[in-house]
Amino acid sequence: MIHARGLTRAFRTKAGPVTAVAGIDLDVAPGEIVGLLGPNGAGKTTTLRMLTTLLPLTAGTATVAGADLRTAPREVRRRIGYVAQIGAAPAPGTRLGEELIAQARLQGLSKADAAARLAELAPRLDLAGLEQRALSELSGGQRRRFDVALGLMHRPQLVFLDEPTTGLDPQSRANLWQHIRSLRDEHGATVVLTTHYLDEADALADRILVMDHGKIVADDTPDALKRRVSGDVITVRVKGGLAESEQAARGAVDVRDVHHHEDTLLITVDDGDTALAPLLRALDAAGVGLMAVSVSRPTLDDVFLTLTGRSLREDDVA
Amino acid sequence: MFNEISVVFGRQMRQLVRNPVWVFFGLTQPILYLVLFGPLLKNLRGGGLGGDASWSVFVPGLLLQLAIFTGGFAGFGIIQELREGVVDRQRVTPAHRSSLIIGRTLTNVVTIGVQASILVLVAVPFGLRPSWGGAFASVALVCLLALGLASASYAMGLILKDEDSFAPFVQGVTLPLLLLSGVLLPMALAPRWLRWLSQANPLSYLVDAARALFAGDFGDRDVWLGIAVTAALSVFLTWWGSRTFRRTSA
Repeated sequence: MIHARGLTRAFRTKAGPVTAVAGIDLDVAPGEIVGLLGPNGAGKTTTLRMLTTLLPLTAGTATVAGADLRTAPREVRRRIGYVAQIGAAPAPGTRLGEELIAQARLQGLSKADAAARLAELAPRLDLAGLEQRALSELSGGQRRRFDVALGLMHRPQLVFLDEPTTGLDPQSRANLWQHIRSLRDEHGATVVLTTHYLDEADALADRILVMDHGKIVADDTPDALKRRVSGDVITVRVKGGLAESEQAARGAVDVRDVHHHEDTLLITVDDGDTALAPLLRALDAAGVGLMAVSVSRPTLDDVFLTLTGRSLREDDVA
Repeated sequence: MFNEISVVFGRQMRQLVRNPVWVFFGLTQPILYLVLFGPLLKNLRGGGLGGDASWSVFVPGLLLQLAIFTGGFAGFGIIQELREGVVDRQRVTPAHRSSLIIGRTLTNVVTIGVQASILVLVAVPFGLRPSWGGAFASVALVCLLALGLASASYAMGLILKDEDSFAPFVQGVTLPLLLLSGVLLPMALAPRWLRWLSQANPLSYLVDAARALFAGDFGDRDVWLGIAVTAALSVFLTWWGSRTFRRTSA
């Protein structure tokens, strides 16, 4: 669905040229959901804007949905849907139904087809009954579902979503995730989305590309990525006997790393879920008094720290 | 392409009709000039001024001022649309880039047409007695100019991308153009160097044409020259605007 080679975008700024995307290769198969993950400024949005014809390439070639990005941008536009980052508050005097129909008509649908498509799509995105609503009166979740609908009116085979759930409350996020999954599961679309939330990439994507400084630094399934990167951490609070506990733990499971902290043992393993039972049995057999046990999966911070040697938070502040 | 233009035009018009306050906002400045400055010209002599005939000299200037004000600041709207994501969303469709900009400028043309007609009618009780055919043709000519000005303004909005640099820019460009086209007083009163500068300003030709039209001199050389210069300017600005719309990576 996407084949890109050496995709590059440089900007001229007052401080000199800045390379936002530095020659990345990208392949996306039909029916895949691919997540582009990375901190602000990593080049995710620039990559998306190049692939959607909004930014000219500085160098490189790409075929998107079967059409050449450089020589046939109109053909690319006909075949793709694009949901941009959430924009500023909508102007007064715009209404949901009219906006969707206007968008569909610019995408090439006739008046009748656009109206029929609206009637079909609105209930699917929980927007039915809101057609006359002013855009400025939509809730955050409604506004985002409206944005998604804009990109889907012409039934594209490939949909790009730029930070689809940034700024939404947890319930609206989960709800939107469901809609994004159904794009592929029910409608066979290929989906490329950017996010800076690991849980989002984890929940949606078949494959995650981690971007940093305009380059792809990792490309794997969410689970493999997290395992490869830092493993799960089992936290055990014990009543004394830390040394015996560590010995018992090392004997029972394949331990990557163990840290002590006061009365707590932090045990890093590949897969926390399967390691937990043998670990607890061994600790019990060694006569260690257990006070509390928890398993935590790596966060984006952990993943990022391992891949780039920097914390994601520092990057967000900068 | 016609369909695309009408979709964009329809979208912008719906917004305008639901918030018509902008149509009147643009009229306040020219109407203030008409009421508080225009009457002074009745007692001046020279350059076609004097008595009620002054109005046929002054009102065409106000029409230009109106077109420059409303057309020049059209780009404000597109800066808001950039932030909202409307521009990007339309640019990822296969629609022609020129449709996206012409659909918008036509909305400004309608606005200016309405404003210009109101302005002419408001001047009548003050003593304006124009050739009505000429007044109508002048409003049409001002609309033609507005088409180009609004395109250029949208292009500048896309290039500058924020109101804080856009407003001073438009102010800085329009005010000299306005003064150099002799909108307040005819350039016949100007010293030679100022008249030369004025002749380098394409908008002067429009004012001269509109004054001749208001006076009913349809065969006057100024009329044809003004129409030709305005048409050429508008075509050029529309072309430049479409090209910017296509190229600018917002």
